[in-house]
Amino acid sequence: MNALAVVGYYEPWYVQIIKAIVIFAVGLQLVPVVLMAERKIMGRMQGRYGPNRVGPYGALQPLADILKLLTKEQFRPATSVGFLFALAPMISILTAVAAFAIIPFGDVQNIFGTPVGLYGVDLSIGPLYVFAFGAIAFYGIMLGGWSSGSKYSFLGAMRGAAQLISYEVAQGLALVGVIITAGTLSLTGIVHAQAGMWYIIPQFFGFIIFLVAGFAETNRAPFDLTEADAELVGGYNTEFGGGKFASYYFAEYLNVLVISGLVATIFLGGWLLPFGLNPPGWVDPFVVLFKMSLVTFLFIWVRATLPRLRYDQLMSFGWKVLLPLATLNTLVTAVLVVVTH
Amino acid sequence: MSETPTHDPNQERLGGATAEPVQTRESTITVNRWVPEGDVVEVQRTPAPGPARGSWRAFRETARGLQTTMLRWFEGTSTIQYPEEKVPVYPRFRGRHKLHRFEDTGLEKCVGCSLCAAACPADCIRVVASENTPENRVSAGERYAAVYEINLSRCIFCGYCEVACPFDAITMGHDYELSDYSREDLIFTKEMLLAEPLERTPLRNEGE
Repeated sequence: MNALAVVGYYEPWYVQIIKAIVIFAVGLQLVPVVLMAERKIMGRMQGRYGPNRVGPYGALQPLADILKLLTKEQFRPATSVGFLFALAPMISILTAVAAFAIIPFGDVQNIFGTPVGLYGVDLSIGPLYVFAFGAIAFYGIMLGGWSSGSKYSFLGAMRGAAQLISYEVAQGLALVGVIITAGTLSLTGIVHAQAGMWYIIPQFFGFIIFLVAGFAETNRAPFDLTEADAELVGGYNTEFGGGKFASYYFAEYLNVLVISGLVATIFLGGWLLPFGLNPPGWVDPFVVLFKMSLVTFLFIWVRATLPRLRYDQLMSFGWKVLLPLATLNTLVTAVLVVVTH
Repeated sequence: MSETPTHDPNQERLGGATAEPVQTRESTITVNRWVPEGDVVEVQRTPAPGPARGSWRAFRETARGLQTTMLRWFEGTSTIQYPEEKVPVYPRFRGRHKLHRFEDTGLEKCVGCSLCAAACPADCIRVVASENTPENRVSAGERYAAVYEINLSRCIFCGYCEVACPFDAITMGHDYELSDYSREDLIFTKEMLLAEPLERTPLRNEGE
């Protein structure tokens, strides 16, 4: 019988709980930071300052936003389906947090004599777990849009469905090249396999495809068709307000962090440093966070630059460009791996 | 018409369009009649880029867009942080009104003639005149304005009142921060208009 998780060492139960709390706390604190960074950076790129009124340099703006949202009236349209309307934002946030659990922030460290892996869990099916939760996260959008009983929400949800099948195959195939090269599905294993060279170099096309599909997965510009403020008011979250909207918002930015973490782990060498640097173990999480922030910056930069794609353009891009490229990448990698070994 | 072919620039411009005489009631004039074959516009298209060059072009254009946004960052912001930082006004800016006194005698310049009220297109000025007496001398003229009110929620800041005033008693000031919590507070009385205004608005310097 195969174990779901490859632990390989004894980890006491209380360590698991502490790890879960720490990861949840860190993830939760990163979301307002990303939110703030996005508004500031986009402001600068558009010739303005961004929020700078609340607190020093506007640093307390996310707090003010969240307080405002949480103190709002809990409104539900008369045409909505009550149970699903409440459930959908929870699905969104749950899947985002669950996917965050497998991002490795460091190797197994000896903390007070107890070996602790600096990650939620090291699954033997790493990327598959992420894709599974990415697919479930779609239900958050789909049910939210459908249960709102509003045409805009419904259109957003429909676009979400079309978008999902367009990018997800390519996203999965983009990682197959990495998995073939590394010979493992475990994310820590993939990081260890990058010791000589980060996968961004041999798997450059895989990196680009995964990144582009990641933009689509997180519903961000230029693939934010499900929200599409210009034409669909707010897309799937048009009818949501207050805490439910805050959950959707939170999930979106947590998804950005998850994709950044995955890109940092799979293509940018995780906690490894170039030039033979080998710092002590406590530096690892900061290295990963730094790489994540670079990818997140790219997300924000692209959002400030590219206009939203049209619906059919996204479909044809996903099916006619990303999928063949990803397939070709997988084939070439497979042939090269067979030839060289 | 002569038989010798002449160089007609009009003919050349229109390509195959033919010039032919048309008989109208008054005279024979030459019009150019449109011929479909002569008016076909040929569009020079670059060769279709193909997958590799097309991808490269998309990649290059995306990179160019990213460069544009990044350069905009380095360009700096153009925001004016309003309550702390104000746009200076020009000397002839028409802001809140001011009433004036003679500097030597301290008497009001306004003689209560109501010409400003008559000139006001928004009908926002109310003047009630009263006679000056030797004991109570308010203005330099025969009469003075006992009541002088401007309803600034109606005023359109056209400046006709200062044009109409024969004694330069009312002028437009530079103050534009006039919001208040109730409409009653926006009716400015004579005392408020005579008072030295708070210098809240910076004046634009020469050449600024």
